[in-house]
Amino acid sequence: MRRREFIRTVLFCCPAVLACSNGANIGRAQGPAASSIPRSDVMQPAELVKTLHVRDTYPPLLLQVGSHIFYAEAHIPGSVYAGAAAQPAGLHTFENMVSSSPKDKLIILYCGCCPWDRCPNVGPAYAKLHELGFTNVKVLYFAHNFGTDWVAKGYPIEKGE
Amino acid sequence: MISNYLTRFSFIRHRGILAGFVFTVLLGVGPLRAEQPGRSLLHKPAPQFARKDLSGKQVDLRTFRGRVVLLNFWATWCAPCQQELPHFAAWQKQYGPAGLQIISVAMDDDQAMVRTTERRLDLNFPVIMGDERLGTLYGGILGLPITYLIGRDGKALARFEGEADLDAMENKIQALLRRR
Repeated sequence: MRRREFIRTVLFCCPAVLACSNGANIGRAQGPAASSIPRSDVMQPAELVKTLHVRDTYPPLLLQVGSHIFYAEAHIPGSVYAGAAAQPAGLHTFENMVSSSPKDKLIILYCGCCPWDRCPNVGPAYAKLHELGFTNVKVLYFAHNFGTDWVAKGYPIEKGE
Repeated sequence: MISNYLTRFSFIRHRGILAGFVFTVLLGVGPLRAEQPGRSLLHKPAPQFARKDLSGKQVDLRTFRGRVVLLNFWATWCAPCQQELPHFAAWQKQYGPAGLQIISVAMDDDQAMVRTTERRLDLNFPVIMGDERLGTLYGGILGLPITYLIGRDGKALARFEGEADLDAMENKIQALLRRR
């Protein structure tokens, strides 16, 4: 029900946001804010850390949906770069990446480019997954950014492409 | 009866002391836990870099020795960054003659969008494209915006992360410009 409300909000808000844009974000896929993601689908970093070392038969698909430069600097081990979801090209890459996954697959999204309520990427990525019919989606919560809420806490990282 | 009261009071008081202790420890530990990797760069020479800006002109940090440098990391998709940039353009105009040099590093993957923003905001300072090497050099740029203030002696003296207090930043710039 909450997911349905979220999608309804997205469908209602997108045209309004686009209409209000002043050209500052030309080329952007304007989307819902991270703060509109239901709490039940928001995951705390500490929660993910506990499961990172567990060898699961069906490991989650862990996707970084923000800047590629940031991904190359540092990312969560095992995560895959999936395109900046705020941009049409990025969202297209993202869609292609998840297209072959089963709809009930656990997908964990993260970005951490900006404070949670200013992140332009996780909201559109989350909405896209629901639009595609995925039913098991979580989004990692970074209150400040990936540097502060993950790297500075000493959680594991990988570097490079 | 009285001794029961005293025992209970003593227990409450001890709980209060314990809570106070825990609170103090948390206060002390909190900032350490939240410490940013880039903080370790402060009061040391700012990492050297030389790159071409969007107009093709070479930007070499070394050549700005003797000036106060505001080094800002931003991106076109970062909303707080978009709010800061016009202020930086105004400061470049206002404090440039007194020795301020603003250098901005766009952490975008796409240069075309940076060019659009540069034109739209009429940025009057060099804009260079960043990458993971430059980000790592500056302590890991893993969240935006991030701004360093570099003194006339080339040392990184302040770091602002997230939605910065622009008044505090401007005060710091003024103080650094006064130093000779």
